[in-house]
Amino acid sequence: MKKTKLISAMLLAAVLLSACGGAKTVDGTKSGSDAASEQTAEKTSAGGSIDVQIGSSPETMDPALNSAADAANMILHAFTGLLTVDKNQNIVGGLAEKWETSEDGLTWTFHLRPDLKWSDGSDLTAEDFVYSWKRLADPSLAAPYGYDLLNMIEGYDKAANGDLDALAVSAPDSSTFVVKLSNPCTYFDKIASFISTSPVQKATVEENGDEWSTKPETYITSGPYKMTEYVDGDHITFEKNDYYYDAANITFDKIVFHLISDDNAAYTAYNQGELLLAKAIPSEEIPNLAGKEDFHVDPMMGTYYVSFNTQKAPFDNPKVREALSLAIDRNYVANTIMQGTYSPAVNFVGPGISDAAKDSQFAEVTKEKYGDFFNNDDYDANFAKAKELLAEAGYPDGQGFPQFSYLTNDTGYHKAVAEYLQDVWKKLGLNMTIDIQEWKTVTANRRNGNFDVARNGWVMDYDDPSNIINLFETGNGNNDGKYSNPEFDKLVEEARSTADVEKHYDYLHQAEQVILKDYGMAPIAYYSEFYLKSPKLQNVWYSPTGYYYFMYGTLAE
Amino acid sequence: MPKYILKRAIMSLITAFLVATMTFFVMNMVPGGPFLAEKAVTPQAQAAMEAKYGLDKPLIKQYTTYMTGLLHGDFGLSIKKRGRTVAQIIAVKFPVSARIGGMALVLAVLTGVPLGAVAAFNRGKFLDNLIIVLSTAGIAIPSFLSSTLLVYVFTTKLHLLPSLGLKDARSYVMPVIALALYPSFYMARLMRSSMLDVMGQDYMRTARAKGVTTFKSIFKHALRNAILPVITYLGPLLASLMTGSFIVEKIFNIPGLGSEFVSCITSRDYPMIMGTTIFLAVFVIVMNLFVDIAYAFVDPRIKLK
Repeated sequence: MKKTKLISAMLLAAVLLSACGGAKTVDGTKSGSDAASEQTAEKTSAGGSIDVQIGSSPETMDPALNSAADAANMILHAFTGLLTVDKNQNIVGGLAEKWETSEDGLTWTFHLRPDLKWSDGSDLTAEDFVYSWKRLADPSLAAPYGYDLLNMIEGYDKAANGDLDALAVSAPDSSTFVVKLSNPCTYFDKIASFISTSPVQKATVEENGDEWSTKPETYITSGPYKMTEYVDGDHITFEKNDYYYDAANITFDKIVFHLISDDNAAYTAYNQGELLLAKAIPSEEIPNLAGKEDFHVDPMMGTYYVSFNTQKAPFDNPKVREALSLAIDRNYVANTIMQGTYSPAVNFVGPGISDAAKDSQFAEVTKEKYGDFFNNDDYDANFAKAKELLAEAGYPDGQGFPQFSYLTNDTGYHKAVAEYLQDVWKKLGLNMTIDIQEWKTVTANRRNGNFDVARNGWVMDYDDPSNIINLFETGNGNNDGKYSNPEFDKLVEEARSTADVEKHYDYLHQAEQVILKDYGMAPIAYYSEFYLKSPKLQNVWYSPTGYYYFMYGTLAE
Repeated sequence: MPKYILKRAIMSLITAFLVATMTFFVMNMVPGGPFLAEKAVTPQAQAAMEAKYGLDKPLIKQYTTYMTGLLHGDFGLSIKKRGRTVAQIIAVKFPVSARIGGMALVLAVLTGVPLGAVAAFNRGKFLDNLIIVLSTAGIAIPSFLSSTLLVYVFTTKLHLLPSLGLKDARSYVMPVIALALYPSFYMARLMRSSMLDVMGQDYMRTARAKGVTTFKSIFKHALRNAILPVITYLGPLLASLMTGSFIVEKIFNIPGLGSEFVSCITSRDYPMIMGTTIFLAVFVIVMNLFVDIAYAFVDPRIKLK
C-alpha cells in the first residue's frame, strides 16, 4: 500500500459518535466481510499461517492488566469486547450487535449477539461482562486502565475502594448489558471498544488466578483466535477460534507472533523472509528504507514534547518557556534528527484523532478555527522572537539565566534531540547540561518534579483528544511539569461533563489553545509508526491507535 | 576431604547470604519502583499492589519476610510478569541458556586447549605467531560484534543458518560459536603460557633425556600440569556461560535467562532481581567448589584441607 493511499484512507476515517446526544440505535456492521469481499478479484488465498513481529515478550496477556501496545496487538486478536473498531476507525459492533444511549446520555444499553461462545465452547453472556467490568475496577487487581476506562460509571469510586457491587453495570437478561454513567461521556462507545473492557471468563480466572493468562490451556478467549503456544521470549501462537461469531470471515488459520526485542534480529528475519511484518527496525536502516514499497510510515496518535518544571524559576515564567519553545526548529528535529519517522508539531494534538463531525479530524479543525500555533516554515523569525522574549523576561542574551539540566533517557532519538536542544538553546545564550538517566529513574524524577526541563511524550490510548489534553489538568498523575491554570481545568471539566458531542470537542479545542498560549509544554513532533510489511500480506491494516489487525488479511500467491 | 567440603559449604552459605542481603538493600535504594509506569496509576491501585507484594511494610520487615521465604525455597512472585513465580521463570529459562552455554564450553575447551598446546610447541614459529594473532583478535572482538558478523555472513549473505530462536540443530551453530569465541582464545593463551612454563621444568628435561617420545611427554607429563590454570578459569566460565549472555541471547532471540538478569533490573521487578542474583551467586560458588575439588584429582600434590 502506498503512503498516499494510506493517508487518504486516514482522511476518510472516523465516522463518529452518532450514538450520543439522543436515543438512537446503531447497527453493528462488520468490517471483515467488507474486507473479504473487496479482495475477491485478486489472486489471494485465505487460510494458512503467518509469521509477524509486533513486539517483544509481553508482561501480561490479560486484557484487563495490559497497558502496553505490543501485547494489546496480540490480545485484540484473542479478545473482542462489546464494540470494536473497523478498518476506517469506525466504531462497529463486536460481541454486541446493537447499542443505544438514553436521552440524557447516562444509560448505555448493549444488546449482545445471539449464541455467543467462549473459545472452550461454553456460553458467553452479559453476566460475563458484569464480572469482567467489576474485575477491571477491583483495586486488588490494580488494572492500569481501571480508572481511565470506568471512572465515569456510577459507583466507580466505591468500587475502586473495594465495594465492587456498587459499580452500576448490570445484566437484566443474558443478552443485555446496561451501564449507568454518573456523567455523560460522549466517547463511551470508544471505551466499550477498548481492548481492556473485553470480557474474561470467570471460571478460568478464578480457578487459576493471575496464572490464567500465561498458559494456552487456561487462556479462554472471546475473540477471533485462541492461544495454542506460549514460549516466553520466543513466540506466541494463535489459532483460529471456531466458536467466534465471525469465524466464517476470519482468514488465517494461524498467526505466529515472534517475540523479538532486538531491532537487528527482527530486521534480519524480515529480510530472510522469516517474517511477513516487522515493527522493530534499526534506526540506522531507515534512510535506506525510505521510499521502498514495503516500508510504511503511518500516523500514530501521540505527541513528543518537552516538559518544563512550571513550579520552578525561571521556568515559571511563560515568556521563558515561550522563548525556549520558539527556538526549536521543529522541521529540522522531525525530518532530520528523527529521520522523518516523526512529523513536526504545529499544535499539541496531532493527526489521527477524530473530531465531532463525521470523517473530520481534530487537528484539521484546529487548523481551520485557530490556525497553526507554530509556524515552522519561518524558523528565523521564530528564533528572533525567542531572543526578544528572553530579553523581555530579564535575560538579554541569556545573561543571568541559571544553568539548567535536561532530563532524558537514552533510547531512540532522545539523546540526539537533547544534544540539538543544548546546541540551539546555547545560541540563545543559555547553558544546559544533559542529564541522561535510566528509564525508571527518569520516570521517577520527572513525576516527583526533580527536573528543570525533561523529555516527555504521550501515545494515546483511545481516540478522544481528552486522553492527551487531560494530562495537564491540575493534579493529574501524569502532569509532570505541574502546570496549573483554572481556566484550563474548567474547560477540561466541561468537556468531561457535557452530553453534547459538538461542545465536548469545542471545549477541548479551547483547552488546547489555553495550554499552547501558556506554553505549558513545548510540543516537538507527532509520533508515527513505521514498519516493514511484505507486499504479499494484504488486507491487514494498521490504525493510528497503534494497533495492527491481521484477522481479515490474505496472502497473495 | 569431606571436612574441607563441609567448611567450604558453610562459607558458601555465608557468601550467598551476604550477596542476598546486599542486593536487597542496594536494590531498594535505586530510584523508581516496580509500579512506577509511564502511565500514573491511581493511589488505590498503587496501595493494593504494594499490599499484594508486601511492599507496604517497613524495609526491614520486607527483608526478614523475603529471607524466611528463601529459607523455605520460596523465591516469590515476579511482579512484572504477573502470574509467574520467579522459580518458574528460572526453571523454564535456565535450561535453554545452560544448553547453549554447555555446548559453548565444550567447544571452547576442545579448541582452546589444543590451540594453546600447539602454539607452545611451536614457540616462535609461524604457527605460534598465527595463533597469537588469532587469539588476540578473538579476545578483543566483543560478542555483539562477532554475533552480528556471524549473522551477516551465514544468514544475510549465505542464507545457510536461521537467525531466529532455537528451532533445530542449525539454530545452535551461531550462538554457540559466538559464546565460545572469547573463552576459547582466552584458554588458548592461558594454555600456551602455562605449557611453556611446564616445558621449562626439570622433569620435562629429564623425560626427554631418558628418551620418552614427544607424544608421550606432552600427554603424560606436560598437559596434565599445564591444564591447572585452565581448570581454575573453567569454574567462573561455566557459571557465566550457563546462566546466559544478555547480548548473544538478544541478537539471536533466544528465550534464555541472560536477558532476564537485565530486564528485571530495568523494570525493578524486586523478587526477580533477588532470585536471579542469588541463583547466579550460588551457581558461581558451587562451580568454584567443583573446580577446587577437581584440582585434587588432576594434581595429587594439592591437598584439600
